[in-house]
Amino acid sequence: MGRGRIDPGWGFVAPALLAIGAFFFVPVVASLLLSFTDFDVYAVARPDRLRLVGLGNYARLVAEPRFRTALANTAYFVIVGGPLSVAASLGAALLLEAKVARWKGVFRTVFFLPVVTTLVAVAVVWRYLYHPRHGLLNLLLGVFGIGPIDWLGDPRWAMPAIILLAVWKNFGFNMVIFIAGLQSIPERLYEAARMDGASGWQQFRRVTLPMLAPTFLFVAVVTMIGYFQLFAEPYVMTQGGPANSTLSVVLLMYEEGFRWWNMGYGAAVAFVLFAIILLLTLVQLRLRAREAIP
Amino acid sequence: MRRRVQTFAVHGVLVVAAALTVLPLVWMVAASLMPTGEASAVPPRLVPSAVTLDHYRALFARLHLTRALLNSAGLATAVTLVSLFLNSMAGYGFAKFRFAGRDRLFRVLLGALVIPAQVAMLPLFLILRALGAIDTYWAVVVPGMASVFGIFLVRQYALGIPDSVLDAARVDGAGEFRIYRSLVLFLCAPVLITLAVFTFMGTWNDFMWPLIVLADDRLYTLPVALANLAGEHVQDTELMMAGAVLTVLPVMLLFVFLQRYYVAGIMSGGVKE
Repeated sequence: MGRGRIDPGWGFVAPALLAIGAFFFVPVVASLLLSFTDFDVYAVARPDRLRLVGLGNYARLVAEPRFRTALANTAYFVIVGGPLSVAASLGAALLLEAKVARWKGVFRTVFFLPVVTTLVAVAVVWRYLYHPRHGLLNLLLGVFGIGPIDWLGDPRWAMPAIILLAVWKNFGFNMVIFIAGLQSIPERLYEAARMDGASGWQQFRRVTLPMLAPTFLFVAVVTMIGYFQLFAEPYVMTQGGPANSTLSVVLLMYEEGFRWWNMGYGAAVAFVLFAIILLLTLVQLRLRAREAIP
Repeated sequence: MRRRVQTFAVHGVLVVAAALTVLPLVWMVAASLMPTGEASAVPPRLVPSAVTLDHYRALFARLHLTRALLNSAGLATAVTLVSLFLNSMAGYGFAKFRFAGRDRLFRVLLGALVIPAQVAMLPLFLILRALGAIDTYWAVVVPGMASVFGIFLVRQYALGIPDSVLDAARVDGAGEFRIYRSLVLFLCAPVLITLAVFTFMGTWNDFMWPLIVLADDRLYTLPVALANLAGEHVQDTELMMAGAVLTVLPVMLLFVFLQRYYVAGIMSGGVKE
C-alpha cells in the first residue's frame, strides 16, 4: 500500500469512533471541566455567567452530609449486595453443573428470566411484594414465624430489601459466566484429585476454586462496576427514603444535576463515583495478579 | 444409595430456588388478571378468583400506553439497526485491518468500559440541548449508536474469518465495502444476532437516560411511562401489574426464542480475555 493512501480499516472504524468520541469521550472530558464550574440553573439560561470554582464543588461535596450518606449507602449496597449476588450465581452454577442434575436447560432458563426483565417493571412488582400487610414476602416469612417487616418503610430494612431485589434480578447473569468457567475446567484434573483421594469438598477447594479464579475476577469487577451505579431501584421503590437510607450516589447525581440543575456539583458527584470505581477496579486487578504468582 | 440422596438433594434445592425465582413473576401475571382490589387481599392470593382483562384494557384505553409501547419498540429497533451497522463495521475493521495505532486505539476503547455512563450524562444533556435534540427521539438514539461492547463482540468473532477468504474476494475485484456488505456480514451473522438481541433488550429496558431526556409524555418509553404511573396509581395494584407485564413480556418472549444467542454473547464477553 503506497504512501498517502489511507488504510481502508480507518473507513470501517471511523463512524463508530466518531459516534463514541462525540457522545461519550467528549462528554466525559466535558464532565470533568464542568465539575470545576458553578454551572447551575441560572447558567442553563445564560452560559456566560459560568464561573470557574476550581475544586470548590469537591470541597462542598466532602462536607455535605447528604453526599456522605449516599456514599455510605452505595458502599453498603456494593459490599453486601455484590458478594451475595456472586455467591448466589456460583451456587446456582454449581447446582446446574452437578453431575446428577437433570432438566438443566429448563432450570437455567428459569434462573435467567429475571435478568432479561425490565428493572423498572420488577421494581414496581417488588414494591408490592414488600408491602408490610398484604405483601407475599411477609406471608412467606410468617410461615417461619418471622415478621411482619415493614421492608420499604423502615430505614433499617429498605437497603436490605433493595439488595434482595438486586440479587434476584442479577444472579442469573453471573451464573451463566460461572457455568462457562466450570465447563472449561478439564475433567482430568478432577480425576487426578480423586486418585489422590480428595473428597468432594477438597476437589472444590483445590481444583474448582483455583481454576475459576479468572472467572471470579471478571465477575467481581463487572458486578462491582454495575452495583456502584445503583439508581432505578431506589428511584422507583423508595425515592431514596426512608430517611435517606436508600439514597445512592447516582440518585444524588440525578437529583442535583437534573432536578435542581446544579450541574457543576452533579458532575463532581459523578467524577468521585468514577474515581472510586477506577481505583477499586485497579486494586482488584492488582490483588488477583499478585495472588496468581505463587 | 449415596448417589440417590445426592440426586434428591440437588433437585430439591433446584426446585425450591426455581420456584422462588419465578414467584414474583407469577404473582405479577396473576395480580394483573385479578378483579380490582383482590391483589391487596389479606392474606395475599396467588390465584385470581376470576380472570379479567379489564386492567389491560384500561392501560390502552385510559392511560394511552399504546403510544409508549410503540415508542419503546420503535426506539429499540432504531438503536439496534444503527448500532449493528456501526459496530459491525468497526469490529471488522479492528479485526482484519492493520492500520497504524490500531491496537492502542482498541485498548483505549476497552479501558473506557470502566467509565460509568452516568459520568457523560450531564454534558451530553447540554450538548444535545444545544443541538435542539432534547425531548425528541434523537436524544435516546444518539448515545446508543455505537458501543465498545458491540465492537468488542464483533471483533472477537471476525478474528476467526480466514484472510484467504477476504483476499480471494479482493482478487475477484470486489471493493472493500462490498466485501463487508456481502461477505463479512454474512459470515458474522451469529454474532450479529447476539448483538441485536442485547442491544434491543438493553434499549428497551433502559430507564435513566430516557427519563432524563424525555419530558413530553407522548415520547415516553414504557419504563418511563410505568415509573410515572407507579407514582400516580400506587393504590391500583392490579393495573400496575398489568403495566409491568406489558413492559416485561416483549423482551421476555424475545429472550425465550433467542436465548441461545443471548447466552452465547454473555459467555464470549466473559471468558475470553
